[in-house]
Amino acid sequence: MTDAGDAVARLVREERARVLATLIRVTGSVDLAEDATQDAVVRALETWPRDGVPDNPRAWLLVAAKRQAIDHIRREGRRAGKEAAAMDLVDPADEPPEVVRDDLLRLVFTCCHPFLSLDAQVALALRTLAGLSTAEVARGLMVPEATMAKRLTRAKQKIAKAGIPYRVPAAEELPDRLAGVATTVYLIFNEGYADISRSGLAAEAVRLGRVLAELMPDEPTVLGLLALMLLQESRRAARVIDGAPVLLADQDRSLWDARAIKEGVELVGVALRRSPDRPDRYAVQAAIAACHALSLSYAETNWDAVVSWYDVLLTVHDTPVVRLNRAVAVAERDGAAAGLALVDAIPDLEAYPWWHASRAELLNRLGDKDSARAAYERALASGLNEPTAEHLRRRLEDLG
Amino acid sequence: MTTYLALIYNKDMDWHQSAPVEMNEEYSEFGRAAAAVIRGGNALYPTSTATTVRVTGGKGGDVLTTDGPYAETKEALTGYYLLECADLEEAVKTAAQIPAAWNGGAIEIRPVVQFA
Repeated sequence: MTDAGDAVARLVREERARVLATLIRVTGSVDLAEDATQDAVVRALETWPRDGVPDNPRAWLLVAAKRQAIDHIRREGRRAGKEAAAMDLVDPADEPPEVVRDDLLRLVFTCCHPFLSLDAQVALALRTLAGLSTAEVARGLMVPEATMAKRLTRAKQKIAKAGIPYRVPAAEELPDRLAGVATTVYLIFNEGYADISRSGLAAEAVRLGRVLAELMPDEPTVLGLLALMLLQESRRAARVIDGAPVLLADQDRSLWDARAIKEGVELVGVALRRSPDRPDRYAVQAAIAACHALSLSYAETNWDAVVSWYDVLLTVHDTPVVRLNRAVAVAERDGAAAGLALVDAIPDLEAYPWWHASRAELLNRLGDKDSARAAYERALASGLNEPTAEHLRRRLEDLG
Repeated sequence: MTTYLALIYNKDMDWHQSAPVEMNEEYSEFGRAAAAVIRGGNALYPTSTATTVRVTGGKGGDVLTTDGPYAETKEALTGYYLLECADLEEAVKTAAQIPAAWNGGAIEIRPVVQFA
């Protein structure tokens, strides 16, 4: 595709979710709105590169999609009520910007509604908000396409038939709801982050994070989440070399994305300032990522700052994994023995490969090669993706 | 508006005989609190009174009955409400006030199909 074609495709993609959101409101049907929006998108991709991009691309897409929806309703010969509803659509009055904004927000909160299973939330968010095809979602989440199609159908059916409301939650409901939305977006991000072959999912999650930040510019959770994803993504080029993961300590920091770091660090500041009483957990995790991002080398990392941020994180999000990460930072600051004592004191991580791997690393530093070897073997036996397992096998061999 | 059936699953008990006074009071309280959305509902006699009916060999075939409920589970269907609510959020909010929801049971909510 030409550069102009690329630009059009990007523009269409960015407007797609907004148009879809509005159309779901006016038609009351996710399926109908999806079909109509898809038709409008195809039409735009055919005509815009040839005739030029219209002055108001979103309005153009909305008009085209509404016409498609009306045609569709007529073709199907639906009930009188629906027919009447279609008449309202004929004149696509200009939507004020805040209505469009709220439509999209409604769509985000409907896709990530707590009444849907987390699986369904992630699938629906990818399909509807990110605009991936069912096949792409299936590939991204490593589920057979037929399973994914069934999962999506079931989710849409529940939204329609069980009456999951298509509305922006009231202010007092937001904190709870937003937590689910943030979890969904971050889960999508992690799917792409953990497996480099699916890095497209991480990019989609960042895009969703940007949409959320645009819609809710004052929410510390949203700003913190976007900051965290940007700072983690900034290391993408350095994280994997020739298919093998590279540890933070060994990464070539000149490959880090300086622009993403700058944006992420600024967002962390805003997010933390907006939640002075009880810091948001994503913002605190982003602050930890920022400590690494701003350090010129691994050796120069400010471990004092990292450990204190972990202390803050424990006050809002105390999990065994957070305790493990804190222990690793303490090991860097106070030595392997101090770190190992903390790692050993964390309960419930027997099944977590990184607990064993961290123990192995620290035992090795303390010169206890036999225990280190055993710990590496435990880590390898707990199920890891292949590049990571390969990395641990090499560490094991280095032990001799 | 959508009509929802709220199925009350709890440990099998005989409401008629043995429901403790305070539990009946709790249900009365729910009945008053949710009066605006309750369209109907009843408690059921325990599963020991249930009979399950099947017809084998097609319509008009042999009527086969078994003693007991369709599915034997630890939690049994002990009652139901019909609720008419604006959406699932209102239905869930209402169901959360049904005493069984915090007395060791659970409420299953299903939209009722409206045949025109």
